[in-house]
Amino acid sequence: MRILRIPAGLAVGGLLLVTAPVHAETPPPDAPVIARDDHLFKTFGGHDGLVRITDDLFVFVLADRRINGFFEAKKIPHIKDMLVEQFCQILNGGCTYTGKDMATSHAKLGIHEGDFNALVEDLQKAMDKNHVPFAAQNRLLAALAPQHRAIVYKPNGSEEE
Amino acid sequence: MKSLITGAWLAAVMLLTPALAQAQSVPATGGKLLLTGGVSQVEGAAGGGLTPWAVIGGNDSEGQFGGNAYYTEISTTDYKITSRGVLFSVDNRVELTASRQSFDTQAVGAALGLGYGYTINQTTLGAKVRLTGDAVLDQDRWLPQISAGVQYKSNDKAGLVTALGARSGKGTDLYVSATKLFLAQGLLLNATVRRTKANQYGILGFGGIDDRYHTEFEASAAYLLSKRLAVGAEVRTKPDNLAVAHEGAAYDAFVAYAVCKHLSLTVAYVDLGNIVTRRQGGLYASLQAGF
Ligand code: HEM
Repeated sequence: MRILRIPAGLAVGGLLLVTAPVHAETPPPDAPVIARDDHLFKTFGGHDGLVRITDDLFVFVLADRRINGFFEAKKIPHIKDMLVEQFCQILNGGCTYTGKDMATSHAKLGIHEGDFNALVEDLQKAMDKNHVPFAAQNRLLAALAPQHRAIVYKPNGSEEE
Repeated sequence: MKSLITGAWLAAVMLLTPALAQAQSVPATGGKLLLTGGVSQVEGAAGGGLTPWAVIGGNDSEGQFGGNAYYTEISTTDYKITSRGVLFSVDNRVELTASRQSFDTQAVGAALGLGYGYTINQTTLGAKVRLTGDAVLDQDRWLPQISAGVQYKSNDKAGLVTALGARSGKGTDLYVSATKLFLAQGLLLNATVRRTKANQYGILGFGGIDDRYHTEFEASAAYLLSKRLAVGAEVRTKPDNLAVAHEGAAYDAFVAYAVCKHLSLTVAYVDLGNIVTRRQGGLYASLQAGF
C-alpha cells in the first residue's frame, strides 16, 4: 500500500495549483524484446503476418482523418519496413531494427498524445483484422506504449510524462 | 455556504480557462483508448461503480477537453438509488463533476412514518487532478497514475439526517487514488484512500458519534476481456458513525461494455452493506455518454 505514504492533507485550492515535477529525461532505449521464444511472433503470423498487419495499418491510418496528414506517400514504404523490423524484434522473431531511434524520427512532427492513441487504435484494428488474439495484441502494445515519451511532442521541451 | 462553495467551484473553472484556451488551439484529434477513462462512479467521478480512479474521465488526451454525462440506477432490497451527473475534463489533467444522488426509501419511508417513497437528495460537486504518472502509457514503470480529488456534498434533508444523529447535512470528502493498467496482463488495479465524515455517501449526513474525518479504503480490480468489455470487482469501506444504524463496507462485481467510443454501459451486482434496515443487495445499471 504505497499510496499510504502520499500526504493526505492536499488542500482543496492547492489541488489546482500542483505542478508536475519537471526534469530533463534521456530518451528511453528502443523497445525491449518481450518474448522468450518465437511463440508470440507466430501468434502474429510470423514475418508475413507482420507485413500484412502493417499494410492494413496504413490502410486504416490513411483513411483516418485525425492523423493521415502526418504521412507523406513516398515515405510510407520505408516506415512500413521499419515497423515490421521493430515489431519483429520486440516479438523475438529474429530481426534487428535498423531504423532511426524514435526520438529522432518523430522529433519535428509535433505529434500529440491524441495522435499517438489514434495510431494505437488503427493498429488494434489492423491486428483485429488479422485475427491476433486480444491478449497477444496487448503484449505488443504494452511494449510500444512507453515510446510515447520519445514520440509525443512536448511544447516546453522536457516535461515529465 | 452553498453559494460560497459553488463560487469556489466556478473559480476553479475560471482557473482552468487558460488551459482550456490552449486546448482549443490544438485540433481535437485522437482521444483516450476505449474504457481507459473508466466509467462514472456513484458520486460522479471517473472510476469504477463505487470508487473513483486516478484516471481523468472524458475522451480527451493531452491538449484537449472532453466530457460526459451519466445516469445510474441501483435497485436494492429496500431502496432505489439513482445518480446522474456531468463531467468536464481538460488536458487529461483535471476533471470537474456535478452530480445528484437520490435515495428513494420506498416502503421503508412509510414504515418510518416519512411516507412511501420519501426521497433524500444530495448534490455533489467534485474536482480531481492528475498529479503524476500515466496509467495506460507508462507500461515500463511501476509508478501508477496518481490523482487527488475532492467531493463537496450537500444533502437536502439536513433536518432529517441531523435528527438521526448526523452533525451536518453538508460535507467534503478528500481522496487520493492510484491506478495502474497492466496492459500485457489486461489487468487494471486501483486503490483509493478517502478522508470523509459521510454516512452512507452523505445520504445520511455527515458526522455522528464523532465529528472527525475517517480514513477509508477503496479498491477496484478490472480485467479486460476485449477492447470493449471489462469485468471487475470493487470494495469500499465507510465510517460506521451513526448510533441509530450500523454501516458496513460496500462491494460490487461489474461488467462494463463500451458500445462505442461515446457510449458505455455498466451492469453490476452490488452489496451495499447494511443501510438502516438490513443488508442491501441489488442490481446496478449505468449508462454513460461522452464526447
Ligand atoms: C508506438 C508508436 C510508433 C512507432 C513504433 C513508430 C515507429 C516508426 C518508425 C520505425 C519509423 C521509421 C524510422 C526511420 O525512418 O528509420 C517512423 C517514422 C515516422 N512516424 Fe512513427 N511510430 C509511432 C508513432 C507515430 C505516430 C503516432 C505518428 C503520427 C501520427 C507517427 C508518424 C511518423 C512519421 C510521419 C514518420 C516518418 C518520419 C520521416 O522520416 O520523415 N509515428 N515511425
